[in-house]
Amino acid sequence: MKRHGLLAYALFYLAFLYVPGLLLPLFSFNDSQFIAFPLSGFTTRWYAGLAADGAMQQALANSLKVATATALLSTLLGLTAARAVTRYRLRAKGAILGFIALPLFIPDIVLGIALLLLLAALALPLSLAGVVLGHMLVCIPLSMTVLIARFEGFDRNLEEASADLGENGWMTFWRVTFPLMLPGILSSLLLTFITSFDEFLVAYFLSGGSATLPVYIWGQLRFPERLPMVLALGAIILTVSVGLVALAEVLRNSGVKADKRRVGA
Amino acid sequence: MTGRKATGRKAQDDRTAGYALLTPTLVVLALALAAPMLLLLVYSLKSQTGITIGGDLTWTQYQAVLGRASYRTLFWRSLAISGAVTLVTLLLAYPMAYFVAFHVKRAKFLWLIALTIPFWTSYLLRVFSWKVILGFNGVINSALMRLGLVDAPLEFLLYNPFAVVLTLAHAWAAFAILPIYVSLEKIDRSLLEAATDLGDGPWRRFRRITLPLSMPGVIGAAVLIFVPTTGDYVTPELVGGPKGAMLANAIEAQFNSVGNWPMGAALALVSMTGVALVTAAFVLAARAATRAIR
Repeated sequence: MKRHGLLAYALFYLAFLYVPGLLLPLFSFNDSQFIAFPLSGFTTRWYAGLAADGAMQQALANSLKVATATALLSTLLGLTAARAVTRYRLRAKGAILGFIALPLFIPDIVLGIALLLLLAALALPLSLAGVVLGHMLVCIPLSMTVLIARFEGFDRNLEEASADLGENGWMTFWRVTFPLMLPGILSSLLLTFITSFDEFLVAYFLSGGSATLPVYIWGQLRFPERLPMVLALGAIILTVSVGLVALAEVLRNSGVKADKRRVGA
Repeated sequence: MTGRKATGRKAQDDRTAGYALLTPTLVVLALALAAPMLLLLVYSLKSQTGITIGGDLTWTQYQAVLGRASYRTLFWRSLAISGAVTLVTLLLAYPMAYFVAFHVKRAKFLWLIALTIPFWTSYLLRVFSWKVILGFNGVINSALMRLGLVDAPLEFLLYNPFAVVLTLAHAWAAFAILPIYVSLEKIDRSLLEAATDLGDGPWRRFRRITLPLSMPGVIGAAVLIFVPTTGDYVTPELVGGPKGAMLANAIEAQFNSVGNWPMGAALALVSMTGVALVTAAFVLAARAATRAIR
């Protein structure tokens, strides 16, 4: 009885989570400028409009650049820092980890304006490079969370065995540590990429003339006649993100399974 | 042999290698986090007349921020909205997390994926979809009109604190579900059996065992939701209207339309400090309450 009640609630809650998101694809195929029921008919013209929208494509290219740079740099820095805190006994480890995690507890708007002041103080122009720097603040702690969990779960004996068998430190890293870390590195890259790709407020303050995709979308939300195209764009982003996340979960699982096989062998 | 000395030296070398590995990350954070936050502090201590920023340090901005009634209203409203968001999100998410932790047997992983997929849509568009749902010509109103249930669109749905709370409770749901789920999943099932064996009914068992043991997850989720939502800009801007405006909107205005950076900096620092103090007080109170109900 209680179980059925909970199941009903769970399904209701799931609907609450999904319905708003599903309106985007629904109205993106609706043949009307107005986002209201009843639906007027099926069209793909909003998608065709996107294909012809140069400013949107420029913003998309900017976002891809920013997210790629952020993902690579954050994961690299997250990897070295995660390695340092899990492999060595460091003094002030707690303070260091706290400092690295700090941006997660500072509202994005404060990170945005503080970086704006830095660029102004250094007389640097607003640019995508500044956006990358801002996104790294949030992405480095995310990357470290993923990678520390991975480092802590792995068997140091494998590295020692490699050293005993005569490999030097660098080769041990490439042939033992790195392959074992690969699933963690990939999920860190994906998580930081998506976080950066979706981030609006820091980019809003720092991107200047070269808008990222969320900044571009923000500009479009003021114009009712542009809305269906924005919804079409949202539907595409949703589809691609879900695909990427599904891929990441498959990768993560295959990583775990491979570990189990190795341990079993 | 000289084993002990060598070990000491090795530990020292190891530690140096560890710090060397950390250096790039710390340098980037010093440049992109510590330096900007210091600049924010310096700016907040400056005065501005017209567009000229004065050289001397002064408390003028802080006096202005603390003295202005509209900022006090905004501060308490932001705390109230975020507090309501936190409470609503936790209350909605707890039974969901409980269901997955205790009643789903085989497909736990699938449920967790299903619960997180909506959060991979663009944050902007997730918030915007509520404007589409609640708006004057929105989904709810056009459906109600069509069904003949109302004659004119309902205007009270959008542009108020209620719309902000609803939208944020939706946007931050995953941040409540996952920590609560993890803390429920960790609970030793034999404790529950012991409580039943000793005669506790389901409700008493929940109140005495499950709830106290899941409180760390609940408190963690509360902080994870409360702190960032006090600084949310997009949601109040899109669905809040004048009555639902929050701190971030005022900070943004000082930096963009008003153009008084020192004032914006002071407002940001006062807000952050206030939120941090309230959060710390909440965590201490919540921990004490957890001990009390046990």
